[in-house]
Amino acid sequence: MSSAGMSGAINIMRRELTGYFATPVAYVFLVIFLVMTGVFTFYLGNFYERGFADLDPFFRFHPWLYLFLVPAISMRLWAEERRSGTIELLFTLPLTTVDAVLGKFLAAWLFIGLALVLTFPMWITVNYLGSPDNGVILAGYLGSWLMAGGFLAIGSCMSALTRNQVVAFILSVVVCFLFLLSGLPMVMNLFKGWAPQVILDGIAGLSFFKHFADISKGVIDLRDLVYFVLVIGFWLFANVVILELKKAE
Amino acid sequence: MIEAKSLCKRYGSFTAVDDLSFTVEAGQVLGFLGPNGAGKSTTMKMLTGFLTPTSGTALINGIDVTENSVAALKHIGYLPEGAPSYGEMTVRQFLAFIARARLIDSRDVDDSVDKAIDKLNLSTVAHQPIETLSKGFNRRVGLAQAIIHDPQILILDEPTDGLDPNQKHEVRHLIQDMAHDKIIVISTHILEEVEAVCNRVMIISDGKLLADDTPSGLISRSRYHNSVSMVVAEAEKVASVLSELPEVAKAELREGELTLFPADGNGLFEAITAAISANHWQVSALRLEVGRLDEVFRSITRKEATS
Repeated sequence: MSSAGMSGAINIMRRELTGYFATPVAYVFLVIFLVMTGVFTFYLGNFYERGFADLDPFFRFHPWLYLFLVPAISMRLWAEERRSGTIELLFTLPLTTVDAVLGKFLAAWLFIGLALVLTFPMWITVNYLGSPDNGVILAGYLGSWLMAGGFLAIGSCMSALTRNQVVAFILSVVVCFLFLLSGLPMVMNLFKGWAPQVILDGIAGLSFFKHFADISKGVIDLRDLVYFVLVIGFWLFANVVILELKKAE
Repeated sequence: MIEAKSLCKRYGSFTAVDDLSFTVEAGQVLGFLGPNGAGKSTTMKMLTGFLTPTSGTALINGIDVTENSVAALKHIGYLPEGAPSYGEMTVRQFLAFIARARLIDSRDVDDSVDKAIDKLNLSTVAHQPIETLSKGFNRRVGLAQAIIHDPQILILDEPTDGLDPNQKHEVRHLIQDMAHDKIIVISTHILEEVEAVCNRVMIISDGKLLADDTPSGLISRSRYHNSVSMVVAEAEKVASVLSELPEVAKAELREGELTLFPADGNGLFEAITAAISANHWQVSALRLEVGRLDEVFRSITRKEATS
């Protein structure tokens, strides 16, 4: 933290958000996000045919949506600063690396939060059609936003490794994919039979899927919240370390 | 005060900056002069904490810039190489961001931005996105962000690169205006700039310090220092007559211009003017040379390259 506390991070966050809306990036992302959630919910999720008044078909596809859309946001976070040389400007301001990493992360996270908020017609629709448990829906939104934060922290860290946005995108998708898959049967079957139960639990415990599914059932367990906070904290810490190491290169 | 103590920067087996030590005090305008790739920018990046030195330290007003970069950087205004900025922002938005990052009180941000815009003549483009501006405006935006918090130390990497002659003149004027109570370090490969704004010059080549002097001190190292150049009819005859004078060490005729080098440094000009009037030579140009910085620069940096 700088001597001015969070003000350094907040200043960076404001600048980033200004940057998003000064270019078509923000609008293109928002439109695509909203169209894709709609397509997934109604066509793949059989929202109407299921006959249940809930948003499960909506939330179920969020991990897959984030797998590609969050790296599309995060890939430019640091790669673009390196390519354009503004990283030199940024790191010679009286700010800490932690300020800069937090500011950028918060801006992107708030932006994805805005995209989620803009899906409110979905919530209105389901309330119009039936009487869903709005607590569960709220939990779903919270879980989805936390999971997006996890993807974003990974993406931000990957973006710090390169000046090439395409490389940053691919690296992010791969690492996010591993985190997603770690709980699925196809991965677990690889380990079952030879790995001890502790390791199996550990691998399964890393999965975004499992923790997101738990939260979006409406059961907000402290362990699931802590899990996402730890994932975000770990990757942002790695992000800071990578940036510091690059200074000595 | 800036203190560089044995700064070294190595990339594998390549040494970009090799054991550089110097101090700069208030009132000094120091020019880093050197060929491209000499290590000027790398040195500036280490002074501003953007790069961590392989060994050695840089102190800004006694604060180690690697150990405590936030405290050290408060004293510095920095224009990085190429004047990078956030192109999608307008000039005003960008300068306001820098002002806040420079810890200017939120009530004074607008005022500081106005002053910086005024100083760099940016008012006509204040509301345009930076990426739509010409190279000259871009550079001035970079300078505006460097001075917005009225820093005690200014580090400017090629401040006039890409500017037209009038803009160069304005920027040099700006630097001179700020010079009296500040420390200013500029890097350049434009020799006339050093003569125009600096009161101290460091010539760097291959990461090594080759000369540290005042501009006039450097110029006096020139072999042309105190020589006399003239354009004269029948130059070869004149040359042979003048070489006989005890004040003349050597005469050189090049491209129609005759240059006479002094034997001991005194009385050459007087001796030549006396000879001209005595012999009624037709002289169309005559001047006393103070020296040529480009020649000093070449001889210093080439000596290094060949040794």
